[in-house]
Amino acid sequence: MTEQQTAGPPAVRKTDLAEEFLDRSTPLSRIRNILHRYPAMSPAIVLLLAVIVFGILNDRFLRPENLSLITQQVAVIGTLAIAQTLIILTAGIDLSVGAVMVLASMVVAQTAVNNGVPAILALLAGLAVALVAGALNGFLVTKLKLPPFIVTLGTLNIFIALTLLYSNGATVRGSKMPDLLTWTGTTFPIGGVRISIGVVMMLLLYGVVAFILGKTAWGRHVYAVGDDKEAARLAGIPVNRVLMSVYLAAGAVLAAGAWIQIGRTNAASPNAGVDLNLDSITAVVIGGTSLFGGRGSIWGSLLGALIVGVFRNGLSLAGLDVLYQTLAVGVLVIAAVSIDQWIRKVKS
Amino acid sequence: MTATGIQPSLPETSQPILQARNLVKTFGRVVGLDGVSLDLYPGEVLAVIGDNGAGKSTLIKCLTGAEIPDSGELKIAGQAVHFKRPQDARAHGIETVYQNLAVSPALDVASNLFLGREERLPGPLGSLLRMLDTKGMRRKAKAELTRLGISTLQDVTVPVENLSGGQRQAVAVARAAAFGSKVVVLDEPTAALGVRESNQVLQLVKDLRDRGLPVILISHNMPHVFDVADRIHIQRLGKCAATITPLSHSMTDAVAIMTGAATA
Repeated sequence: MTEQQTAGPPAVRKTDLAEEFLDRSTPLSRIRNILHRYPAMSPAIVLLLAVIVFGILNDRFLRPENLSLITQQVAVIGTLAIAQTLIILTAGIDLSVGAVMVLASMVVAQTAVNNGVPAILALLAGLAVALVAGALNGFLVTKLKLPPFIVTLGTLNIFIALTLLYSNGATVRGSKMPDLLTWTGTTFPIGGVRISIGVVMMLLLYGVVAFILGKTAWGRHVYAVGDDKEAARLAGIPVNRVLMSVYLAAGAVLAAGAWIQIGRTNAASPNAGVDLNLDSITAVVIGGTSLFGGRGSIWGSLLGALIVGVFRNGLSLAGLDVLYQTLAVGVLVIAAVSIDQWIRKVKS
Repeated sequence: MTATGIQPSLPETSQPILQARNLVKTFGRVVGLDGVSLDLYPGEVLAVIGDNGAGKSTLIKCLTGAEIPDSGELKIAGQAVHFKRPQDARAHGIETVYQNLAVSPALDVASNLFLGREERLPGPLGSLLRMLDTKGMRRKAKAELTRLGISTLQDVTVPVENLSGGQRQAVAVARAAAFGSKVVVLDEPTAALGVRESNQVLQLVKDLRDRGLPVILISHNMPHVFDVADRIHIQRLGKCAATITPLSHSMTDAVAIMTGAATA
């Protein structure tokens, strides 16, 4: 460009115009290319801006106590977002994550408190239930070839009903539970911010899943299946086995989420997780993972979960009604999906 | 095609590398293949042509494990084989480039070359943590591309979706031809390409043959077929109507046989 401009005799100008017309890399499209290459970039920017803005709006926002609160609120949604990311990467969606987590948490709490099962076995029972739930979703998606949206819409209701039937709608309080079950709620200070074991567990899970997705063949196959299922099959990837393993892995993550939830709320309530489904999808989508599959990063989902937590917390500190928080999250989702669509238009 | 000294001048004198006998495949009441036989000899390009619905794709899918034939037998180097999945065919050295370009757009060139056969790091990192040898795979991908003479792909870390149609085809062909495969099957490799890119792909096909790798080429494009093929297998109504050579028949003859207006 600069060469042509310095060369600038009038006769050359015409071809300059033509070349400018052909060269479609506007500053905007260059930004788009960068965002396309690094999907975690846009949520990181949004999170940074949100923290700055809320920090200016209310000086209590950046106090250690408040930051402790945000991290603990994010622990559960962040964990669910891991499971949700795995499934959305395969071009699926899981509406039942919250319901599975609540069901598992009720199983853990009830078997430990009402049936007197040792805490460790109660946790394993919760894990088993979550795995069965994941296997059911996976079976319906891979064997009956039903769309994941419909499958999990159905199982969402099934799991909610099972939870209420099993628990008789009663909450199990943390004071009755063995210490191991509420251990995830215990906190320790890091520079004034109180971090709970649940937050550490969530971060560890992110690390493990990031490693698996980024460094193993299985991770690459998850992306390939979500990117183009038929291409993956023709490349020799056992598509159904990959899908099934993704739903099972999601189940295992949700069992951990159940444990974190019990520690966080110091109780197991059958009515706890209703809005967690959508919050987890919101976190994943804001985090830059494409709803069409095959594109995204697990760290983006952590950022997404943090953004949801920061928005809810920041807006309530700014004195806005809860309804406006929900409204803001709704706007966030639509904005995130629009940006995703725009980024996906990249062509070279 | 200068004499390499390895290939016999008449392929028919040697043993076929791939043999199909009386393949039958039905889809409900639709007969896709009605007893088709095919021989592929070392170092030749065998073109498969036919009208739409003649059974070209079904034949290829049966040869490459994407479909399981109802009956009939397959032999590789004289040994009977049964493919249940594409991996089975792959394990026997049959590599396929499908018409719909079985590449994963969001993954990079090296990941695509190794898709479904990723290599792990040596030692406990690979066996215990199952870590991929990303650098090694990139290095090998580059070496393979150089060996195959594919110069259009310089950077193996570029996502495939950022490549042109010809480059994507090159990725797909490279994946098929790399890593010691015995047979390469190309389904309509030039269908979506421009003239220059088509010629590159055809040159690539000739290069593969000159390296002794037999190629099965499915195409609608007669000039392309007559340019590269040593023999031409003509499918019609689920059967093999004739097997001809570009020397014995003209393009017009081939089209006539294909449409049923003439017999070989």
